[in-house]
Amino acid sequence: MSESKTADLTSVAMTPRRNSRMGDTLAYWMPKLVLSPTLIIVLVFFYGFILWTGYLSFTNSRMLPSYDFVGWANYVRLFNNERWFVSLRNLAVYSVLFIVICLAIGLSLAILLDQKIRAEGALRTIYLYPMALSFIVTGTVWKWMLNPQVGIEQFVRSLGWETFRFDWLVDPNFSIYTIVVAAVWQSSGFVMALFLAGLRGVDDSIIKAAQIDGASRFMIYTRIIIPSLRPVFFSAFVMLAHIAIKSFDLALALTGGGPGVSSDLPAIFMYQMSFTRNQMGLGAASAMIMLLTVVAILVPYLYSELRTKKHEH
Amino acid sequence: MNTNPNRRYADITGRALLYAALGIMAIYYLLPLALMIVTSFRSMDEIRMGQLIDWPTQLNLDAWRIAWSEAQIGARSERGLQPYFINSMLITLPAVAISTLIGAVNGYVLSFWRFRGSNLFFGLLLFGCFLPFQAILLPHANVLGRMGISGSITGLIFTHVVYGLAFTTLFFRNYYVTLPGELIKAAQLDGAGFWRIFWRIILPLSTPILTVCVIWQFTQVWNDFLFGVTFSDPSSQPVTVGLNNLVNSSTGERRYNVDMAGAIIAALPTLLVYVIAGKYFVRGLTAGSVKG
Repeated sequence: MSESKTADLTSVAMTPRRNSRMGDTLAYWMPKLVLSPTLIIVLVFFYGFILWTGYLSFTNSRMLPSYDFVGWANYVRLFNNERWFVSLRNLAVYSVLFIVICLAIGLSLAILLDQKIRAEGALRTIYLYPMALSFIVTGTVWKWMLNPQVGIEQFVRSLGWETFRFDWLVDPNFSIYTIVVAAVWQSSGFVMALFLAGLRGVDDSIIKAAQIDGASRFMIYTRIIIPSLRPVFFSAFVMLAHIAIKSFDLALALTGGGPGVSSDLPAIFMYQMSFTRNQMGLGAASAMIMLLTVVAILVPYLYSELRTKKHEH
Repeated sequence: MNTNPNRRYADITGRALLYAALGIMAIYYLLPLALMIVTSFRSMDEIRMGQLIDWPTQLNLDAWRIAWSEAQIGARSERGLQPYFINSMLITLPAVAISTLIGAVNGYVLSFWRFRGSNLFFGLLLFGCFLPFQAILLPHANVLGRMGISGSITGLIFTHVVYGLAFTTLFFRNYYVTLPGELIKAAQLDGAGFWRIFWRIILPLSTPILTVCVIWQFTQVWNDFLFGVTFSDPSSQPVTVGLNNLVNSSTGERRYNVDMAGAIIAALPTLLVYVIAGKYFVRGLTAGSVKG
């Protein structure tokens, strides 16, 4: 399709006025010329750098890149590293909770907002504004609210519930959950927006038909509307998983990976190994694992996107 | 509509519950922001004596002054968040302008001047939207060093342009493919060339997507922390890094009012953009997932 279009464009361009040959040549090359800086960026700064990182992960680079090949040694060290395991486990706990809670809150809010609510615009604005904030800002605010000495715990105690405990931030067994709390606060409104757009796209005639058949509102939602939102679930899942894997700033601002390394995440591990601990090879290996995780989530997504696109045509 | 009073009663209760639930959620989202604002106007004495949730007895601007221009952040000689804020402006404005412009031209080519391989190119570029930046940090640091712009504002602008292009191109390409192709065929019949068509016909039609793209890039670049902390030196650090240092490095007693004033300062530009042009912000967010 694309080639036929180009062909008739150039023929149109040539017919009206036969300019100099050079003009035509320039016109022919101009689109390619214009794209070439981006092409170079994509090839070098995207794919080239990924290969380069991959290469570094097989070398004994420490503070500076070295090109002494050490095979899989960094990967062996990585998976024998207890801190890496803590960060992987944290990522699993954090991303599952983060994704599930965000989907649940997002879908519920979208359904509630879809009931011809009077102040819908204002409410939508309120639910979504945290998405405009930097994760560092979110981390700063929640760090203070979750601090047991001055935040929510102390507030509830002063109301009279003296034994109230909410000290996840300083409890190594629970610190990772504080990141979930703050991340859900920031991102659930965004999922609401995705679902609301999906709800508005559901075909009204099917719902009307079901109503005439006497289906209850609950049935209509669980049997017709929510199943038809499957593509939205899918893309929301991919966006959220992507946010979770890249999470770095929020964890750094909120817990700094602590107490100890109890809320460490792969992104923090990678940064510290590469830039403060002089373990570049190890850092590169952890970066490659992160990349592979993203690819593993992305490939089925893109595959299904492309397939549905083909069906549309 | 309903004559049955029981049914009607249930409907009214249902609506009341619905609004209550929505209201509670609104409070949940607003509370942290409200606490931030209120706390930034309280004095440290009040905070020490008082509560998490409490009105300031008087409007105290000390925290704002300290956060903006007096707090000692790290070992810098300049004080306060002000220099960081200026850095963020110096980084964000050119990065947004350049990446948006290149994205627009790319989108124009990929929609109206396709050639063999242009779809493949677009596919390769799209992966950049999902690239975890950890996978390019080490080589990028190296190359910035070789280009002689490591640790500088220029280096950060360059970085944000390079890794922003995937999204900006996506925005414009997806918008332009919805425009009719006859538009530029007609212009070509009139003898208009590549650039003339772009400046005279395509760009004037692009206002909505330009807005979406500028807002998206502004939010992304302003809120960035990873590049800001990795590729900067103390003189070029953006405000997110400044805020993180302010909160984590000051010695002695924690000054929560100063932290909160600092957080608002760092959040203000993107919040303003959101309040003014929220519709376009949402469109940018959803453009990557729900096709639009």
